[in-house]
Amino acid sequence: MSGAYDVVIGLEVHAQLLTRTKMFCGCSTVFGAPPNTQTCPICQGMPGTLPVINRRAVEFGIKTSLAIDCTVNADNRFARKHYYYPDMPKNYQISQYEEPLAEHGHLDIEVDGAARRIGIERLHLEEDVGKLIHEGSLETAQSSRVDFNRAGVPLMEIVSKPDIRTSEEAGAYLRGLRAIVVYLGVCDGNMEEGSMRCDANISLKRAGATPLGTKVEVKNMNSFRNVQHALEYEIKRQGRALDAGERIVQETRLWDPDKGQTVSMRSKEFAHDYRYFPEPDLPPLNVEARWVEAVRATLPELPAARRVRFMRAHALTAYDADLLTGSRALADYFEAAVAQCGTPKAVANWILNELLRELPGDDERAVADCAVSPGNLAGLITLIEDGTISGKIAKDVFEKMYRSGEDARTIVSREGLTQVADAGALGAVVDGVLAEHAKVALDYKAGKRAALGFLVGQVMKATAGKASPGVVNSLLAEKLSKL
Amino acid sequence: MLTDLTIHELAERFKLGDATPTQAAREYLDRIAALDPKVKAYLTVTGDAALAGAAEADARFKSGTPLGPLDGVPLGVKDVFCTRGVRTTCGSKILDGFVPPYDATVVARLVRAGAVILGKLNMDEFAMGSSTENSAYFTTRNPWDLSRVPGGSSGGSAAAVAADLAAATLGTDTGGSIRQPAAFCGNVGLKPTYGRVSRFGLVAFASSLDQVGPFAKDVLDAALMLQAIAGHDPLDSTSAAIPVPDYAAELSRGVQGLRVGIPAEYFIEGLDAEVEAAVRAAIETLKGLGAKTESVSLPHTEYGLAAYYLIAPAECSSNLARYDGVKYGLRAPGARDLIDMYSRTRGAGFGAEVKRRVMLGTYALSAGYHDAYYGKAQRVRTLIQRDFQKAFERVDVIVAPTTPTVAFKMGEKEDPLSMYLNDVFTIPVNLAGLPGLSVPAGFTKAGLPIGLQLIGKAFDEATLLRTAKAYEAATTWRERKPGLAA
Repeated sequence: MSGAYDVVIGLEVHAQLLTRTKMFCGCSTVFGAPPNTQTCPICQGMPGTLPVINRRAVEFGIKTSLAIDCTVNADNRFARKHYYYPDMPKNYQISQYEEPLAEHGHLDIEVDGAARRIGIERLHLEEDVGKLIHEGSLETAQSSRVDFNRAGVPLMEIVSKPDIRTSEEAGAYLRGLRAIVVYLGVCDGNMEEGSMRCDANISLKRAGATPLGTKVEVKNMNSFRNVQHALEYEIKRQGRALDAGERIVQETRLWDPDKGQTVSMRSKEFAHDYRYFPEPDLPPLNVEARWVEAVRATLPELPAARRVRFMRAHALTAYDADLLTGSRALADYFEAAVAQCGTPKAVANWILNELLRELPGDDERAVADCAVSPGNLAGLITLIEDGTISGKIAKDVFEKMYRSGEDARTIVSREGLTQVADAGALGAVVDGVLAEHAKVALDYKAGKRAALGFLVGQVMKATAGKASPGVVNSLLAEKLSKL
Repeated sequence: MLTDLTIHELAERFKLGDATPTQAAREYLDRIAALDPKVKAYLTVTGDAALAGAAEADARFKSGTPLGPLDGVPLGVKDVFCTRGVRTTCGSKILDGFVPPYDATVVARLVRAGAVILGKLNMDEFAMGSSTENSAYFTTRNPWDLSRVPGGSSGGSAAAVAADLAAATLGTDTGGSIRQPAAFCGNVGLKPTYGRVSRFGLVAFASSLDQVGPFAKDVLDAALMLQAIAGHDPLDSTSAAIPVPDYAAELSRGVQGLRVGIPAEYFIEGLDAEVEAAVRAAIETLKGLGAKTESVSLPHTEYGLAAYYLIAPAECSSNLARYDGVKYGLRAPGARDLIDMYSRTRGAGFGAEVKRRVMLGTYALSAGYHDAYYGKAQRVRTLIQRDFQKAFERVDVIVAPTTPTVAFKMGEKEDPLSMYLNDVFTIPVNLAGLPGLSVPAGFTKAGLPIGLQLIGKAFDEATLLRTAKAYEAATTWRERKPGLAA
């Protein structure tokens, strides 16, 4: 089927905002408290209670809107979205409908070196719902309990235009968006914990055709990988169905990560008429230009700009710059280390090859709290650069640093790992190796260049890795030429 | 009897030491015990709390530090207001047993002013109705004729003031629910401008129309009550941050030179002849006091009722969605699954009128009908607002009947539409968000009270109160009391 169809994907991303308090009341938003301890009459939807807009949440929304080049609407309104579910205290969600906070933005992505601009339809604010805790599985549960701690937590919904063509582009878009919200400090970007959620709309149409195909909504994808896998599955599923002359049913499907497939939800249960109307308990929210400009002035350097700067100022490859700017903490870490040791390429290599082996780069906190501080990594690199230790030893030292939090010099001097660069001391070792492996030395003389590596290795072995490879090489070259 | 007195008369006695708040509270509680079985104004009487509050007020008067004109004054509040620790039913079975952990802002403000709360007053379920016959508990009687309704939805609040079962009360007005029962029961009822008084803790019926206001024995009392509850509340984003004037201070300025508008659209077929005669006589009285009258036109008045019965039900269908049996109030037993629990609970918990409006509102907001019903009604609302804006370019206050008829018999209006028509003169004021006041303007030959409605500019309650005060001072209607004690 490949090539026979064009894929059309639009993504809806919900991001929990890192405000201290909820969207419409003063309750705490801290994650993980005992059930229903972070609630009040307002977020429990008790009779007579009224919402009050959290200005900080609006500010976070404006910030994000500016970062994705949206136009912030001066007049915007909240609206009620109605549907019944026990996790929703009022049985309507205060959201935005006809007059969202911001519209008409875009996000530039790059896949396999090709740049693409993905349009952003809108960004709006709303409140989160609570959580149901079923006694057993959803199908067999005899009872369910409701935890309203999350009810009323501010959410920002960002809706892309149907501009995405492949699952890789979807992944790149999500990573780009995640990097932005994390850079702005408005969301922690954690998909596994649900602070960032993504639903996808996907349809296939005959290649080059104008009319769009029937779209399917895919939910329950709680990681970037799941989004890509689910979309790949759907592209195949819909392609096969179309090949077989079947019609695509407009429906909502759930991604089942264990089975690796999407499963149809009963469509009847979710055929909602949300009956939106303007929230009468809140006057229209007027976002003055002055407010927008004040927020604009607080915008930090964004991932895309930082990536370009890293490439230009530190001569990094696009690939390295991309990975390093994927999270703000990682990029900060990189810059802090470079500031101390002045060797960007080495720092990049150490971060990408060693540091990210130990911890996930997209975990902001893990990077920020890393036992190896940027200063300590810079110290380690300095020890390599000045010849105090070899690169090989440095990897062992790094591991010890990561486990103990100690700096490189402390470990190196305690364990006597300083590189032996004294030609006199090494000369004896080299003589010994040449004597022991006289045949190999002769092979080398006879033109077998690979033999040199073996000899170097023997010297390193004899010095427990502490010999300076440069000195060993020149000593060997000198002594072999005299043979 | 202390129960005969107005707030300001009572305050004077307290100040002079001729009476204590505890004496007043006891007299009211005794009178409630004796007469409320006939009137049925109260859903809940909070006697112990009232006496405790009165004792605190006693101490303040004794030490010469009273809080103000409401200190120690026994009041009642409509059961639509949340009261901390006190059952709040909203006249509905679905909230049976609901005890809020918070006070409505207006209740908190009254309590902070030293008022003694006697209890919670009966109402049409969720404030939907014009007679209190929609209360899920019982119907309140009109103290002037116990076979008649007190009006609604704040019927309990009006009847309590008329029968001297409270010095004054609070009600709410979404389409006339203060002014109509005030007219039926012969007291002063004031619906302030939308946004003048906080709605926090008022169980919502139609959020864009609901407004809190007082029932009082006279105009000065109404001013004192409004003074206590008016003003911005950070908990209600629709409450206005507009300064509140000293209402009592402006009362005696008179109506000399006041421009009074008379809308032809309010003197129409269906208006009872005795009511019309009383209203026209009242206009003559105002003229005699120096007011200048002129005709104004409010051409979209006739569409008010239809627009209201789309907007109010639409908002109510949303506001009442939360009563689902999950969190508080009634949960009907025997549910098979979630949907069944919702259906059984709402089926058992809501009365016929509430169900009718929830269905009407749900329909009006549905995909495909939204613009034709809800959307169009909102456009009509804008036209009605413009009618008033234009009229108020030429006049300071508009005078009209409060209701087309006086209090009707219980059970008389079985057809919902004929009940709705009772609010035809009060609804446009809510749609426009303006202040409206009903002041007693005489009695029919059968001895039933008639109300005169005054409509003002936004946030100009002061002019309404001043006009009503001048009229009240020139008439003797206030002296008549329903013959209940017999």
